[in-house]
Amino acid sequence: MADAVEFREVAARFGDVELFSGVGLGLAPGSFHFLTGPSGAGKTTLINLCSGTIVPAAGKIEVFSIDLAGLDRNGRAALRRRIGVVHQEAGFLNHLSVAENVALPLRISGRLDAGGRRDVEDLLKWVGLSARAHARPPELSGGERQRAALARAVILSPDLILADEPTGNVDWEMSQRLLALLAELNRMGKTVLVATHDLALIRASRQVLTDRPARVLRLAAGTLTLAGSDL
Amino acid sequence: MTPWTKGGQPSLVPASGFTAWLVLFSATIMGFLVVLFLGLGLAAGGVADRWQRDLALSATLRFPADAPQSDLDLALEVLHQTEGVSEARQLFAQDVESLLRPWLGAEQLPRDTRLPQLIAITGTPDWSGVRWRLQGEVPSAVLDDHGQWRAPVVKAANRLREIALGSAVLVGLAAATIVALAAQAALAANAQVISVLRLIGARDGFIAALFVRRFAVRAFVGSAIGAACGAVAFALFDAGDTPLPVLGQATGFQGAAWAVPLIVPAAITLIAALTTILAARSILRESS
Repeated sequence: MADAVEFREVAARFGDVELFSGVGLGLAPGSFHFLTGPSGAGKTTLINLCSGTIVPAAGKIEVFSIDLAGLDRNGRAALRRRIGVVHQEAGFLNHLSVAENVALPLRISGRLDAGGRRDVEDLLKWVGLSARAHARPPELSGGERQRAALARAVILSPDLILADEPTGNVDWEMSQRLLALLAELNRMGKTVLVATHDLALIRASRQVLTDRPARVLRLAAGTLTLAGSDL
Repeated sequence: MTPWTKGGQPSLVPASGFTAWLVLFSATIMGFLVVLFLGLGLAAGGVADRWQRDLALSATLRFPADAPQSDLDLALEVLHQTEGVSEARQLFAQDVESLLRPWLGAEQLPRDTRLPQLIAITGTPDWSGVRWRLQGEVPSAVLDDHGQWRAPVVKAANRLREIALGSAVLVGLAAATIVALAAQAALAANAQVISVLRLIGARDGFIAALFVRRFAVRAFVGSAIGAACGAVAFALFDAGDTPLPVLGQATGFQGAAWAVPLIVPAAITLIAALTTILAARSILRESS
């Protein structure tokens, strides 16, 4: 089976600075990967390359066997609906309730009917935010925001979940809870890539990903290496 | 408590306050001005057409003051036999004096004033044929079909119509400019909304439609109010003692022309929608 994400000789720049080059990567369907490395190494850039938000300076990226270079803007938007993305600074529409924010992907897909609303409410229950469904995003704590972002990322049941420092703004207990949610999604067959500098989180994943341990990728000094699971 | 907004789905773009009022207010003024200019244009066109038509129906046959009555009788006979002439009537001294009174005053003309002798003709004959025949049979007669002064007057009325319609077009362009600026401001102010929608896979068309719908609704409401005010102003203008009797006799909106105030809001809404689409496409392309 083809990889969910495949990089071939990919290079990325941030302004005039080259972040990395010649990067190869393959994420098998249903796998769980951590992406770690020092700040500024390009973890967020790599996540954004996977989601088609930015284009590489060189090389080829395929997601679900689709060459991103061949997609126009609408094609990239359609692809993004098959990918759930959680950023450290989760963006929300502050004039809408948490439930309405989680329902946004359904709305832009024209699927926000009574069944869709039930799905949103079930999902909010799953991430433990039922009681906060009516709240506005600015009223949420950091952990609640991340869980709401995760709920929004998976509402369309995407096959690939990209999380960029999802535990960056939350305490240890909440980061464990988010990790458990991501692990549960992985058990459902979703491919998960989590960018994090939190080595304790990676170690803790052994407790929740018992069937298939997560693989750890390290991006540093412009190269991507497999760090193994012995961190 | 339900987490869902009652009464349908909430707008994904938050209310923008000042920009909303700016577009609404501008569209109201634009709607009013466009209806006013189109009304004036139609009125000027009506005047031009009526002068053209009325003056083409009449002509004057002029004889020297000392021309014998037999020449006038012969000319009348020729005219009565001419196809298309509905009336040919000799104007006597008192008729000529009454024609001159508005120009020369009410006092009696000096007795030694040598006034030309005139025959007033109405109808739709071939005026060049009439002129040719009279030259052969009554050489002292000079046919004046009013063409010499009809043309510049009609030209002036037509020019007034062009200016009015041109002004309406300029107002439309001004409306497009204002909406474009407001749309750009709204798009810039909602960069966060656009970013979130993009993150979850919204197409540019979906994002643009959110803003297009908003501006189109505001433009429609504002221009409908303005156009209604313009139509009422014109109706009052027609009903009252107008200071411009010439225009008053040829009102801008008559019959089917009353559809114009209905079309104006649709046209301004279309302009607003197209302008917003162009502004949104440009900004979304730049920010991708």
